[in-house]
Amino acid sequence: MQIFNRSANFIAKASIVGLVLVVGSLLGLLTTANRWSWVNNQRVVREQPIQFSHQHHVQTIGLDCRYCHTSAETSTFAGIPPTKTCMNCHSQIWITSPYLEPVRSSFRDNRSLRWVRVHDLPDFAYFNHSVHVKKGVGCETCHGRVDKMPLMLQENSLQMEWCLDCHRNPAQYLRPRSEIYTMGYRPAESQAVVGARLMKEYHVNPRTSCSTCHR
Amino acid sequence: MADAHASDGRVRPLVIEPGHSFESVTGSISEIVLTQKPTKGWFLGLTIGFALLMGLLLAIMNLLVTGIGIWGNNVPVGWAFDIINFVWWIGIGHAGTLISAILLLFRQQWRTSINRFAEAMTLFAVACAALFPLLHTGRPWLSAFWLFPYPNTMGLWPQFRSPLIWDVFAVSTYATVSAMFWFVGLIPDLATLRDRATSPVQRTIYGALAMGWRGSAMHWQRYETAYLLLAGLSTPLVLSVHTVVSFDFSVSQLPGWHATVFPPYFVAGAIYSGFAMVLTLAIPLRKFYKLTDFITMHHIHNMAKVMLVTGLIVSYGYMNEAFFAWYSGNNFEQFMMKNRMFGPYGWAYWLLISINAGVVQLFWFRKVRDNIGLLFVLSIVVNIGMWLERFVIIVTSLHRDFLPSSWAMYYPTRWDFTMYFGTIGLFVSLLFLFIRFLPMISIFEMRTMVPEAKVHDEKLEAL
Repeated sequence: MQIFNRSANFIAKASIVGLVLVVGSLLGLLTTANRWSWVNNQRVVREQPIQFSHQHHVQTIGLDCRYCHTSAETSTFAGIPPTKTCMNCHSQIWITSPYLEPVRSSFRDNRSLRWVRVHDLPDFAYFNHSVHVKKGVGCETCHGRVDKMPLMLQENSLQMEWCLDCHRNPAQYLRPRSEIYTMGYRPAESQAVVGARLMKEYHVNPRTSCSTCHR
Repeated sequence: MADAHASDGRVRPLVIEPGHSFESVTGSISEIVLTQKPTKGWFLGLTIGFALLMGLLLAIMNLLVTGIGIWGNNVPVGWAFDIINFVWWIGIGHAGTLISAILLLFRQQWRTSINRFAEAMTLFAVACAALFPLLHTGRPWLSAFWLFPYPNTMGLWPQFRSPLIWDVFAVSTYATVSAMFWFVGLIPDLATLRDRATSPVQRTIYGALAMGWRGSAMHWQRYETAYLLLAGLSTPLVLSVHTVVSFDFSVSQLPGWHATVFPPYFVAGAIYSGFAMVLTLAIPLRKFYKLTDFITMHHIHNMAKVMLVTGLIVSYGYMNEAFFAWYSGNNFEQFMMKNRMFGPYGWAYWLLISINAGVVQLFWFRKVRDNIGLLFVLSIVVNIGMWLERFVIIVTSLHRDFLPSSWAMYYPTRWDFTMYFGTIGLFVSLLFLFIRFLPMISIFEMRTMVPEAKVHDEKLEAL
């Protein structure tokens, strides 16, 4: 007596292939899902209280990064400028622009602008901004071509493998301290030579033990 | 015990009582699944097991919500019930693999009656065991990257030099191979159930599981090859899995753990406790399901003898540990041994010695091996002894560490016990479902034990 239709033969064989495919795609999903920008926000523009253009201020006007991010070289945190920094110029130019009303009202009411933080490391990771600058890591290396970003976005994944890529082999990214704030920097000699020399000169010994960052 | 006189005049113990035919073997094993109504005893057993299983779910939920602080583990006793129970369960599983693989390769015919439920026992024990290392991480959803090497976004791999990662591979390989072996062994019997099924639902389910088995000569030829290959794959696992489990301890440098004798001593202990569990299960099963014709006194005797041998190896391990603690001349080793024997957990040590080195000597006596009731009690006592062994190894080595200021006692909490008895509930529930829905004795292999099947025996003898 036949319990199953003849198609059962085909279904049985197809299910073996199907199982391999399903398991394979699940594993693929598991290993790639965390790299989607949907998960890690890489290169995703976030809405800010004012659509501030780094491109305009850096490339067109030529402001130095440190004019606003004053503690980049000295503190764990590069710093977000207070409204007063904006008002240094904007009390004189574009003073009636409705676009800048949030800045003026912030200044009037003495209430900070609530910027949305783009480069936000998780709280369980210790990070010191100044030491990276001191050891020859350029702004561009982590933050990308800020001078070409009309709206700020997170250039890199900020995931641990990205940190370790440099911590395990910093020579591939180091640049002279004089070039830290340069956008579009090209090394004069090959990066391998420059990197190795700077590692010695700046005493770059990045550690990769767990407690270096997870204190 | 009845013995059979073969034509060559050699006396062979019976692995099946006389008077059985193909039909009677097939009928009496398959009717348990197909036509018998489950008894009150079955419902009672399942209810108890299921109630304990609910306790396990509660304990796991509380663990995930609150954290491993609900357990008694704390510095310096960082490993306690979680690892004790893991090693205990994994050890129990070993008898199933030994019976199904090594005894098959050695052509020990008596394995035939007990291999099916012993393999099931292995699978269920491994399931219980696997829960503990996963849950003792406290965050099992993160275990994926703690345990398995996969390309993750942290740029990290597990520490391949650690025996803990070897353990992951040993146990997962063990679970996979055991499951395959068990299922492949079931296929001809599933086909038998399909053919004898009375309802269309039974027929469809067993039919799908039988994967189109028709019992043709070609099927059998391929089947025997596959089964032998799987037996060959499983054989090293009997030794390797518990060896790797013992590395979890012996690769560390803690006095009481750092001992060369650990791998053979752990493997012997595993088989010892495994056979005790097989006896604990076989004795009631053969009584309540009237299987005394298939699980004869010959089987019971053999299992008791295996327990005697492995029990003696384990006892040798205890002597070896004590001897080398003294012989090393190392203060820390000597202190550990003295503390283990006469310290606050001395009662556990002496209880364990009196069971595993003392009580096991009873198996020397034929009268003891003939006494089914006593054997049942002893099999449970042995498993208590083997649990105590892991307790002594883990807790007494940890609770007096190198820094006297951190010395502390370990007290299990009620959640430790809920979890432990919960896994027993999981084991019991799975086992009761197994004996209800699958043939607990291999029908087709039992058929080869019947005199009708011995037509070509002379040829085999000539080999």
